[in-house]
Amino acid sequence: MTGKALVTAFSLIGLLGLWIVAATLTADATILPTPLALVGPFLQELQSGELLFHLGQTLLRVVWAFVLAMGIGLALGLLMGRFPAVDRWLDPWLVVFLNLPALVLIVLCYLWIGLNETAAILAVTLNKVPNVTTMIREGARSFDPNLDAMAKVYRMPASTRLRHVLLPQLAPFIAAAARSGIAVIWKIVLVVEFLGRSSGIGFKIHLYFQLFDVRMVLIYALSFIIVMLVVEWSLLQPWERRVRRWRTA
Amino acid sequence: MVAAATLGAARAALAHRMIRVDITRKAYGRTPVLGRIAFEIRRGETVAILGPSGIGKSTLLRLIAGIDSKFDGHIERPDKMAIVFQEPTLLLWRSVLQNLTLVHPDLSEHAALAMLDKVGIAGKAEMFPGQLSLGQQRRLALARAFAGDPAFLIMDEPFVSLDPKTAEGMLALTEALIAEVRPATLFVTHARSEAERLHARILELRGTPAALAPRLVTGKERP
Repeated sequence: MTGKALVTAFSLIGLLGLWIVAATLTADATILPTPLALVGPFLQELQSGELLFHLGQTLLRVVWAFVLAMGIGLALGLLMGRFPAVDRWLDPWLVVFLNLPALVLIVLCYLWIGLNETAAILAVTLNKVPNVTTMIREGARSFDPNLDAMAKVYRMPASTRLRHVLLPQLAPFIAAAARSGIAVIWKIVLVVEFLGRSSGIGFKIHLYFQLFDVRMVLIYALSFIIVMLVVEWSLLQPWERRVRRWRTA
Repeated sequence: MVAAATLGAARAALAHRMIRVDITRKAYGRTPVLGRIAFEIRRGETVAILGPSGIGKSTLLRLIAGIDSKFDGHIERPDKMAIVFQEPTLLLWRSVLQNLTLVHPDLSEHAALAMLDKVGIAGKAEMFPGQLSLGQQRRLALARAFAGDPAFLIMDEPFVSLDPKTAEGMLALTEALIAEVRPATLFVTHARSEAERLHARILELRGTPAALAPRLVTGKERP
């Protein structure tokens, strides 16, 4: 375990080293500043509250879109996996939405709904729902028929069945959907902010892109990457460990 | 024969709540699997369905349990049912104790622990089923079946693929639990010795589509 952590640490230090070498070779701070050159402006943004405000805005949008996409995807996936008739009807829609570029959905949402929060979150959610649905459907198709029969004969109430029989079987699929979901969603949120919001990391990146300020683009992007890593380590991974406990016990 | 059975049934039904099976046909697509099958089970009675593999025993059992409702005919069964499958079919992600209390919400923790004690896995309540041996998992499945005080117990080859000693232990345990709870019991097996051991009335499934063979059959008659 410590050996694995050590490798991770050295690997990241290697990446940092590569950056320093590249920055030294470029020798132009307006194109690629060294990591050290970012520390000062970073602290300044942090103290002014600007960085935290925009991080919060983006995080809020990520949470909304994540919860909505997982909720809708879970319900649709379960329905489609359990009822072949529903699957036959909805599958073509799924294929259409899976192949719709994120950008098209974002632009259409803004055009139809307006440049507002609803359109932004809806656009991100719609981009992620088909993915979650596909994964959950796969899980729902692999339910153990004997457990279904058991629950039926013993007349377990629907809510107990869902919580203690079905969802635990889906856990690996939910975890996979959540993991890939969170990774994709925050990137789409940035695009949505870039195109039509006046707050958030994406908005700041848009602003500094227009000013050709590589330094600030890097500061905002890296800050949010760190936030997402913290979410992964402090929420997602412990949850996964907890639901997997019975496998390793 | 049908008339006699109906008469007997009417009389018995007055005295006991009973399980009444009257299947006229079950087919998968165009292939008929089960023909006319009619019998009854009284409270406290054990009925064994015997027949070679692939004859349709499990299909019949799924109809009677209400797992599969696509067939021609009529089945009367009580609300409180229990089932034991070939496999333990446990909730591997919940503790041994929860495997009883989640399936039977009315069961107190105390009663659940007593049930675990009865089947000989008292110390395992907080473990996950995956930490038990296969024999212990089957005992848990048995505990789950009897914990709800079922009026009707269905068992699908519950002693198959166990070594003789474990199978004997399970049979003895099942026998004792049946004697205590006295449910109407239906069990499916291909081993006549198991059926005789549980003092079961034996019904034989034969032919395609499968039907109940006449009651008085000797070994010589069978191909």
